[in-house]
Amino acid sequence: MSVDQQTVRRIARLARIAVTEDDVPHLQGELNAILSFVERLEEVNVEGVEPMTSVAPMAMKKRQDGVTDGGYAEAIIRNAPATEDQFFLVPKVVE
Amino acid sequence: MTDLTDLTLAEARDGLKAKRFSSRELTEAHVAAIEKARALNAFVLETPERALEMAQASDARIAKGEAGALEGLPLGIKDLFCTKGFQTTAGSNILRGFEPQYECTITQQLWNDGAVMLGKLNLDEFAMGSSNETSAFGPVVSPWRRRGSNVHAGGSSGAIEGAHLVPGGSSGGSAAAVAARLCLAATATDTGGSIRQPAALTGTVGIKPTYGRCSRWGVVAFASSLDQAGPIARTVRDAAILLRSMAGPDPKDTTSAEIPVPDFEAAVSRGVKGLTIGIPKEYRLDGMPAEIERLWSEGADWLKSAGAKIVDVSLPHTQYALPAYYIVAPAEASSNLARYDGVRYGLRVPGRDVIDMYEKTRAAGFGREVKRRVMIGTYVLSAGYYDAYYVRAQKIRTLIKRDFEEVYARGIDAILTPATPSAAFAIGEKGSADPVEMYLNDIFTVTVNMAGLPGIAVPAGLDSQGLPLGLQLIGRPFDEETLFAAGQVIEDAAGRMVLPEPWWDSAALKRKGPA
Repeated sequence: MSVDQQTVRRIARLARIAVTEDDVPHLQGELNAILSFVERLEEVNVEGVEPMTSVAPMAMKKRQDGVTDGGYAEAIIRNAPATEDQFFLVPKVVE
Repeated sequence: MTDLTDLTLAEARDGLKAKRFSSRELTEAHVAAIEKARALNAFVLETPERALEMAQASDARIAKGEAGALEGLPLGIKDLFCTKGFQTTAGSNILRGFEPQYECTITQQLWNDGAVMLGKLNLDEFAMGSSNETSAFGPVVSPWRRRGSNVHAGGSSGAIEGAHLVPGGSSGGSAAAVAARLCLAATATDTGGSIRQPAALTGTVGIKPTYGRCSRWGVVAFASSLDQAGPIARTVRDAAILLRSMAGPDPKDTTSAEIPVPDFEAAVSRGVKGLTIGIPKEYRLDGMPAEIERLWSEGADWLKSAGAKIVDVSLPHTQYALPAYYIVAPAEASSNLARYDGVRYGLRVPGRDVIDMYEKTRAAGFGREVKRRVMIGTYVLSAGYYDAYYVRAQKIRTLIKRDFEEVYARGIDAILTPATPSAAFAIGEKGSADPVEMYLNDIFTVTVNMAGLPGIAVPAGLDSQGLPLGLQLIGRPFDEETLFAAGQVIEDAAGRMVLPEPWWDSAALKRKGPA
């Protein structure tokens, strides 16, 4: 399978990465190089094989459903590009 | 006294214990070496003040007889490990200026054991690369040069001139710093070969432990089902010492294994008598350099002379590991890197609305390789392609793991392979037109991540150009001890790697006179 330029623009949109029209042709070439490299997986018979969900058989760790951490809002917003009163600021999303 | 930076980690530890020198002296020697090696670009952040503070505290503890396992030993930290109050960038512009407000589990364990932080080490952006060329801080220069190469530290500026070699990646800063004796050892991470490939290319030892052996908490995530941290060091023993402090279960990481950490250093002198070592025929590639082929059989002979039994084994799905990796790893990366959106940390580029802000931020903050992988990952997870790509790749992963299980069920204790398909290459030499050319570097290492197994790269010799080549040993799950034992046999047989003289320090060379 290979991707056309329209698909490259659609993937970029889904990935939330702005691409310029100049980027599209070389991105298309690079993505198609990778997709053609992975094409050989089609020759493997995977009938009846379970997809891997965990490399080591291990039971998921569980803990009490309680508050174990927190109370340091200042530290959490410390690296944010824009904040106000311990809130993250973003451009308006609801009209 | 010999130069303190020439000591191994074990020698430095023993010297501190015997009070032959102080941690302050040891640390100052490394700080000075780092300053003279800036042209290598191995460090992205030097923390000399913090280092000297920690060294002084170590000297006080040593005086009181309260020394920890790594007391007073100066280390480098790959800039993927979050360090409280010290910039952590993952080699990316999107995280420039990010100062974690917490310490990751692994480095916290190192400081608890008394280690000293020299600074943060360069790496491929988000650990995506095999040459350290994708770093937003620029490439790292390998301390190794081809025999007769024109690479040198030039003129008054001291900048490196000539087409230098890459140290490998993604832990290129870690490998270069350890080989150049800028730190006693370093932390590193390995998602497809990022510890073992740079170790092999720089004549150092690197081990990727079993998935779950080290906590991933506070380590910037690339592909969560494949990522594992481990050490790069100058000897097998040093790697064993450092791994013991890095490893162990962590309540903050649900995938960290509840398995006690053995005394890895004790395993180093165990030998290989009575062990069975497998040689997988699928790792014999067409067009593999004869030098690598020869080194591989030499490695088998060394293990045999030390008492191991060598048998041929088959891992039939080997050739599918790398293509399957280039579906699984980008898919997980596209999900993990979704968090870099200009809201909570890192770069923000303003936009018309919130979506435009996300898109502009990520376009400006991510480099080309990261964008490529996020886009491939987004594509293989998108509606209509998920089963054909992602689910199929995860099924193939089951088959790869089954290959290893069948070999181990036959009584094989470890598997011997080459570590890389070639020695170090020059900057700009690979992958500029076709990204897959660079990906092929990981062909021998990636199977190990896909199956969650431990793997160690040990220097085994030099090629005809005078560049180091490594061998890889792959072990059973949670049996790193056998890898240390067998690794030591290779190190003993090959002889300790003689590392390059500091040609990168133009001032030092002037002092010594012309070579």
